[in-house]
Amino acid sequence: MSNVPANLKYAASHEWMLLNADGTVTVGITDHAQEALGDLVFVELPEVGAHFDAEKEIAVVESVKAAADVYAPIAGTVTEVNQATADAPESVNQEPYSAWLFKLKPDNAADLDAMLDAAAYQGIADAA
Amino acid sequence: MLKKTVLNAAHRALGARMVDFGGWDMPVNYGSQIEEHHAVRNDCGMFDVSHMCPVDLVGKDVRPFLSRLVANDVAKLQVSGKALYAAMLNDAGGVIDDLIIYFLSETRFRLVVNAGTALKDLEWMQAKVAEWQLDVSITQRRDGNQPLGIIAVQGPHARAKVWSVLPQAKAATEGLKPFFAAEVDQYFIASTGYTGEDGYEIMLPADQAEALWNTLHAAGVAPCGLGARDTLRLEAGMNLYGQDMDETVSPLDAGLAWTVALKDERDFVGKTALLAHGQQKAFLGLILLDKGVLRGHQKVITARGEGEITSGSFSPTLQQSIALARLPLGVGIGDEVEVDIRGKALKAKVVKPVFARNGKAVI
Repeated sequence: MSNVPANLKYAASHEWMLLNADGTVTVGITDHAQEALGDLVFVELPEVGAHFDAEKEIAVVESVKAAADVYAPIAGTVTEVNQATADAPESVNQEPYSAWLFKLKPDNAADLDAMLDAAAYQGIADAA
Repeated sequence: MLKKTVLNAAHRALGARMVDFGGWDMPVNYGSQIEEHHAVRNDCGMFDVSHMCPVDLVGKDVRPFLSRLVANDVAKLQVSGKALYAAMLNDAGGVIDDLIIYFLSETRFRLVVNAGTALKDLEWMQAKVAEWQLDVSITQRRDGNQPLGIIAVQGPHARAKVWSVLPQAKAATEGLKPFFAAEVDQYFIASTGYTGEDGYEIMLPADQAEALWNTLHAAGVAPCGLGARDTLRLEAGMNLYGQDMDETVSPLDAGLAWTVALKDERDFVGKTALLAHGQQKAFLGLILLDKGVLRGHQKVITARGEGEITSGSFSPTLQQSIALARLPLGVGIGDEVEVDIRGKALKAKVVKPVFARNGKAVI
């Protein structure tokens, strides 16, 4: 069974979200997602300042096996990207909840409340 | 309902991640595809390839049958045990399948054909035997009364590991040159493979496959999934049926000219079409110079026009992305081209379509 930290919010498309004190949201992919993809070898990050609607492709993670889109879990503007993750894609396999991909400033802070909690996401991950 | 090989329970017991591979429930990895890849390049790994289909051909006309059936020339098979890689073509010169032919005696040859094409292949061969009115009986050995399992043990230490668990096989197999087979008791042991490394492919009665698999595992042979098998064969520059060629592709456009014997009087299915059309495309390797991953079906932009990647991935040995590609004639080794990856034109270099073999990069 995959690791689903209780302090995070989740999207059904397998992104996790952490609300920061400054109102931005840090986004990465879940343990379940990295395990399903296998060894990651490439991460393509969005540009800082770019705006994305919810559920739009925002980044790409590629394993040896396949490329997978990462979706903007909520609408917002990219404020920061994690170059360290792009430089070491395997860090997502090793520490999926530390190797974040990007931070978003949400268009609407309340959008986060509508995302899945850990228990709900665990159900999705276990069924997948 | 997915089909299962006789090793299905063994894969699950090892914690394999199972995937639907052309209708077969097969292990893609047992944890890390990259570690499995390196195990084969540097030490020893094993693959369950029991989804592939052995086919026994028996009768007095087997040699003349194969001589007409495939594009390579079975006249090259004169020593018992010798193997030949060949393409079976349709009348239009497209590849129905690629296969290995083992010569055992004048009345007995064994083929191994791909998993997904086996039924189509068997029908084609049966039809040709009838059409040409030959004395050849065709028996597939994947299921039925006497099914075989196939375990490929590959890597620089593969031979020693096999001998450690099958000591009775050492005398008959230690002198085997590449692409030969020896029969030892119930084992059919071939010095063939799909990784670019030394090793054996072992066929044995299906009900004994799990015991051999577990014994090899206990001897330190790493179980490897189809994920690593794909990156290993890609690095070795070996074609994958359905990706690098299919029924619409001439072997001459898929880097398989070396397997097509055109320069003599022998007739074979597809020869007329091959002679009429000649080579239309260059089948070459690519190394991505920018960051990213090359994948099948990506468009390649060259000075001579557009081409297409047929297989691409990340090379664990080179730590770069590599691909096999069908390119316009005139594109040559050393040329710089662009690959369209999600709308971005990334730079790649054209290379000989062999990237790594015997533990080392050859680029």
